Formats: sequence, C-alpha cells, structure tokens
Amino acid sequence: MAELDTSGGGKHKGGKVRTKKKNTRVDLTAMVDLAFLLITFFILTTTLSKPKAMELVMPDKSDTTKQLAVPESRTMTLLLGSNDKLEWFVGEPGKSVPSVIGYSDLRKTLVEQDKLIKDSHGGQGMIVIVSPSDKSTYKNVVTVMDELNITNIDQRAIVKILPVDIDLLKRDKLY
Amino acid sequence: MPRVKVARKSTAIDMTAMCDVAFLLLTFFILSAKPKSQDPVKAEIPAATSISTIPETDFATILIGSGKVFFGVEGDDVRKKTLSLMAEKYKMSFTPDEANAFSGLQSFGVPISQLHQLLAMSSKDRASLVQPGIPVDTTATNELFDWVHSARLANKFLHDKDLKIGIKGDSQEEYPTVDKVISTLQKQRVDRFNLITSLKTAK
Repeated sequence: MAELDTSGGGKHKGGKVRTKKKNTRVDLTAMVDLAFLLITFFILTTTLSKPKAMELVMPDKSDTTKQLAVPESRTMTLLLGSNDKLEWFVGEPGKSVPSVIGYSDLRKTLVEQDKLIKDSHGGQGMIVIVSPSDKSTYKNVVTVMDELNITNIDQRAIVKILPVDIDLLKRDKLY
Repeated sequence: MPRVKVARKSTAIDMTAMCDVAFLLLTFFILSAKPKSQDPVKAEIPAATSISTIPETDFATILIGSGKVFFGVEGDDVRKKTLSLMAEKYKMSFTPDEANAFSGLQSFGVPISQLHQLLAMSSKDRASLVQPGIPVDTTATNELFDWVHSARLANKFLHDKDLKIGIKGDSQEEYPTVDKVISTLQKQRVDRFNLITSLKTAK
C-alpha cells in the first residue's frame, strides 16, 4: 500500500533460475491507524467523565462556646420545598412575607438581596441559612450550595428546618 | 549524449517506530485508565460548577441512592485493615479468603451480620444482588458510624494521613437520608466533606 514497486522488471540472464527473495517487510500502516484510533478513543472516554467534588463544611456541633448571635436583619433564610421550588425571606420567620421561587431565579435573588443588605448595613454581607425540608432532594441542596459559591456568599449554614418553616411550606403547598 | 538517470527513491516510510510509539501510548492509556466502578445502586450525581478533583487515595465514598447507604474506601490495604477493626468491634471473625474478597470490594451495602454471605458470593452474583444498605439511624452508634470510624483509624494507621470523605448522592434522593449520613459524620467530628458532583455544562 505505502510501498511502490521500484525494482526494474525481472529479466533472467543466464541459465540459473534463482528463487525469488521475498520482501520481509510488513506494511504497518493499517496497524498504526488502528493504534491511533484506539488511543483517541481512550483519551476521549477517560478524561471526560471524571466527577468533581464540592467541599462542604458543616458547623461544629460539639463546640457550643463559639456560637455567635446573628442579626436577624442580615439573615436570609431559604426553605427548600418539594417540586423543585424554594421559599425565601429575610429576617425572622413569621414576621416577613416569604416568596416562592424556582431554582433558576435563585442567583438573581441572592445577588439582589446581598446588595440590598450590604447597602443598608455598611458593607456587611448577607448570612444565608439553608433549611432543606424532608421533601427536598439532594440535588436541591447541591444546587443551593453551588449558587452560594458562585455568588461568593461565604456566611452560610445548613440548618435543620423548624416547625414554623414547615408550616410556611405547607401553606404554599410545597410540602 | 548519455541520459542522466534520476535514481527512483522508494516512497515507503518505515512505520515501525511510529507503530511502537502508538502502541506504547495505547498501553499507557489502557493501564492508567481506572475501570469504572460498578456501583451497587444507580446514582445520578447532581451537577455543580465546582472544579476541584477527587483524591485517588485516602478517600472514602458514601453512596446514597434509593434510600439506602453504601460505603467504600480506596486502597486494598485500608479495606483489609478496616475489616479487621470492624471484626474486632463486632466480635466476628473473617477468614483470609473473606478478607481478600472484601479488599476487592469497591462499595458495599449490607448490615455486618450479612457480610459473610456477601463475601462468599462470586462477583457476578454480587452485582445482581439488591443490597439492603448499611443501617443508619439517628443514634450515636449505628453501623455506618463504626465503618467510617474504622476506616479513618485504618487509614491513619497505614498511611498516616487523614481520610477524606465524599458523599455521592443520587439527584432525586430525598434529603432526610442525606441528613442522617451527615449527622452520623458530625457525631465523630467530621465536619468537612466533599459532595461528589459532575461538572455543570453551560446551558
């Protein structure tokens, strides 16, 4: 295939008939093609499916001495309900009106609220409390933590949901 | 006038070296590729934008799917040591064959009382078995607690490094199961762990 026959035409001079020497070279082109095809396959399949990790730090439960009081006005609470919906409110539960949003609107809300709180509290950032209810999924929690990472809100915690919050979710049919 | 004959050169290229290199690379890729671990339960991991990678060693994975919890730790030696620590704790004994079978297990999810049966199975039977999951509850001493604790001890003993813990959960898993696992980990003061995610692609 990759070789051209460059030897002159075979002419026999003299009487002796010699056995033809056969070429011992093997054409490797097809083999190389195949090898590279397999390499490409392996490269493409191995590197693309690597899972990543997101670090999650939970507050130390055993250490109760270092707990800080959190100003209510800077706190935003996210209640994760069913059907991929969540409720949020700023301030104390029951005193402020919660709004229901989907996860796609979460980033916009976080950025807006963070800006509002920063403006009214002299640059102090927002504190976010994430309360996943029993009806929310693992994906919801990961999405929320990811959005908080994206919006650079470092002061956040996953907190067990309170009965008051469950009532709120029930009222809005998210539980 | 004699004609000058241009010597015809052979157009054949020696492929041997190229072939050698290609196969060397191929061998490298095949050997370095980690076979995809067969999880005992189907878990579709959620997507996130985080890009940090999972460590290959000193790492334990807690797999959560369909309400059940599975546990696995990296490294054959760590697995063996973990099993011996667990055997001590639960006053059980495992034969060397069983210990070897356990060191080859990527991830498992049976109560420790059923571990003998699981280890006696062939890997083919094991793959088709529906495992009931490791018992987890809200008390301080459940089996998952002991497994994680033993694995941490084993890893510290063998590698002198802290074991990192990853949680691999199914997207549709309801939160209570995840919460039970997290509170089990927090009871032994593991407050840092990795949530295993796939990379979110731009929409």
